[in-house]
Amino acid sequence: MENRIKTLFAEKQQGLLSVYFTAGFPNLNDTVPIILELEKNGVDLIEVGMPFSDPLADGPTIQQSSDIALKNGMTIPKLFEQLQDIRKHTQIPLVLMGYLNPVMQYGVERFCQKAKEIGIDGVILPDLPLSDYVREFKGIFEENGLSKIFLVTPQTPEQRIREIDSHTNGFVYMVSSASTTGSTTGKAVANTDYFDRVAKMGLRNPGLIGFGIHNKDTFGQACNHAKGAIIGSAFIKALSQEGDLKQNISSFIQSLRN
Amino acid sequence: MKYSIDENGFYGRFGGAYVPEMLYPNVEELRQNYLKIMYEPAFQEELQGLLKDYVGRPTPLYFAKRLSEKYNTRIYLKREDLNHTGAHKINNTMGQILLAKRLGKKRIIAETGAGQHGVATATVCALMGLECIVYMGEVDIERQAPNVARMKMLGATVVPAISGSRTLKDATNEAIRDWISNPEDTYYIIGSVVGPHPYPDMVARFQAVISEEMMAQLQEKEGRDYPDFVVACVGGGSNAAGAFYHYLDRPEVKLVAVEAAGLGVDSGESAATSVLGKEGVIHGSRTLLMQTEDGQVVEPYSISAGLDYPGVGPLHAHLHQSGRAIFKSITDEEALQAVLELTQLEGIIPALESAHALAALDRIGAKPDEVVVLNLSGRGDKDLATYLKRFHFDGE
Ligand SMILES: Cc1ncc(COP(=O)(O)O)c(C=O)c1O
Repeated sequence: MENRIKTLFAEKQQGLLSVYFTAGFPNLNDTVPIILELEKNGVDLIEVGMPFSDPLADGPTIQQSSDIALKNGMTIPKLFEQLQDIRKHTQIPLVLMGYLNPVMQYGVERFCQKAKEIGIDGVILPDLPLSDYVREFKGIFEENGLSKIFLVTPQTPEQRIREIDSHTNGFVYMVSSASTTGSTTGKAVANTDYFDRVAKMGLRNPGLIGFGIHNKDTFGQACNHAKGAIIGSAFIKALSQEGDLKQNISSFIQSLRN
Repeated sequence: MKYSIDENGFYGRFGGAYVPEMLYPNVEELRQNYLKIMYEPAFQEELQGLLKDYVGRPTPLYFAKRLSEKYNTRIYLKREDLNHTGAHKINNTMGQILLAKRLGKKRIIAETGAGQHGVATATVCALMGLECIVYMGEVDIERQAPNVARMKMLGATVVPAISGSRTLKDATNEAIRDWISNPEDTYYIIGSVVGPHPYPDMVARFQAVISEEMMAQLQEKEGRDYPDFVVACVGGGSNAAGAFYHYLDRPEVKLVAVEAAGLGVDSGESAATSVLGKEGVIHGSRTLLMQTEDGQVVEPYSISAGLDYPGVGPLHAHLHQSGRAIFKSITDEEALQAVLELTQLEGIIPALESAHALAALDRIGAKPDEVVVLNLSGRGDKDLATYLKRFHFDGE
């Protein structure tokens, strides 16, 4: 089976919407319903967050959703159990995102094998540095057909962006500005020089812009400078609202595009 | 050097720099520059001058006669409690602030547990006229109030960390998040031998002045430059790293690292990482870490804010795994008893952290003619409220 991320970018060249949510939030068993509802609303790619007690790169919104998810009982084995039959229901590209420690405890190789078995397409582990990935784990990820997606930031030197691009095969996650997730200071789309600098580099992989993208405006502006954008904290906030889960999802996603 | 880092920043299996890409440029800048800057003659001259005239080094190596009689061995106290600001922490902050200045940084951030590192950072920032922001867990802000007041008086902004256990681990998370958001003008002064490479190695080098002085002082007092035992408490492990440093490759010196057992190693309320921890990644470093089966970090507990940390520096993980150091754990109660004992035998009120090392004196197996150096990492002023309450000197 061709990696679904590759297929996606081959078919669609612009305005891609990727959505992140924390598995186990707001309720333990919301994972599959959220995925299916996101797909129904035309989202292109989904990042399923594996909650961690100490998420260093995340702001308060994702921290809190992670705390609640862990209290609800979310674990990697539980998540795999929930996703066991997901490919019977949807072919949307799925990426698992989390921190290195829980994956290490599960066992990196076992994690990758299980992810492949379920039909996961990619993995993001922000605190696994490129050099350690290449030295210890690259073989395992590739054997299991998983795209290992890396972050770049406005401070990442060009040479390092090229190095990252050469070791990955899904997309390049362009962190919009120097911040943790969920900042809405408006810095997110201000860095157009950086977006355009990366766009002009002619990388092998397409770029998606994330961190701080939170509404129609910022989503639209990000899409002007990359293949698409990633929304996390703003979606978590939408999920936190009173009312019906499906209704919350569809009104948030529709608000981005209409 | 069997116990120093390799080219990737690992002590054996432990160490490395597991940081998100956002921090890569900062950590890389530091990695490329720290040794070069640290060993420039002008840097050393400035640092040595400040350590001498401002910090008050060398600190005395004091032969504790009555304590020695009690434990039937020869005990010296390395008096880090006599440093300016009252603990060993300033050895490191003085070094790092000079480094930060040479890197052109304008804004200093730090995490703190007991508040000693926060005070030591606020102090050097005041000295250098640099902006200082200190992250401190809400729980620690409460139990170390005098240090919070000192930091504020020194002009620092103290920001409460309100997530997780609201202690040192969470303060460190917040400091790292601040650094992610301020990658260009900000320098992060880490307070122990933890964090991503090169911090553990850099902090150990700045603290190594402790064992460097010990060698000269022992030579003078004992006619040989080494003791039979070095005993130190371990939170992240910086005072222990400094006290062990020049003896790491000298097997004739037994190294004793003392952790906080809290209410007891098996009580579920403990910070004894070497007993309870498994290999994992915390704050950018692969090390021993207290965690659940699922890899979630466990919230530690100790009466001592400076030892209340679920990890340990990678050097110490390596010393533990290789058997080079002996690890002991001491409960809250045992540490408190040791506070009273030192106070009443020697007239020195120690910090709660250092008291853990003192409480281990009766279990290291030192013979009457052997020499023990105990690193007295800090003084007890900051813990007076706890002492008054626990020892009922407050009339209750
Ligand atoms: C007096 C004193 N000793 C020891 C420690 C523990 O830190 P480390 O293990 O890095 O020496 C602290 C930390 O706050 C301290 O204040």
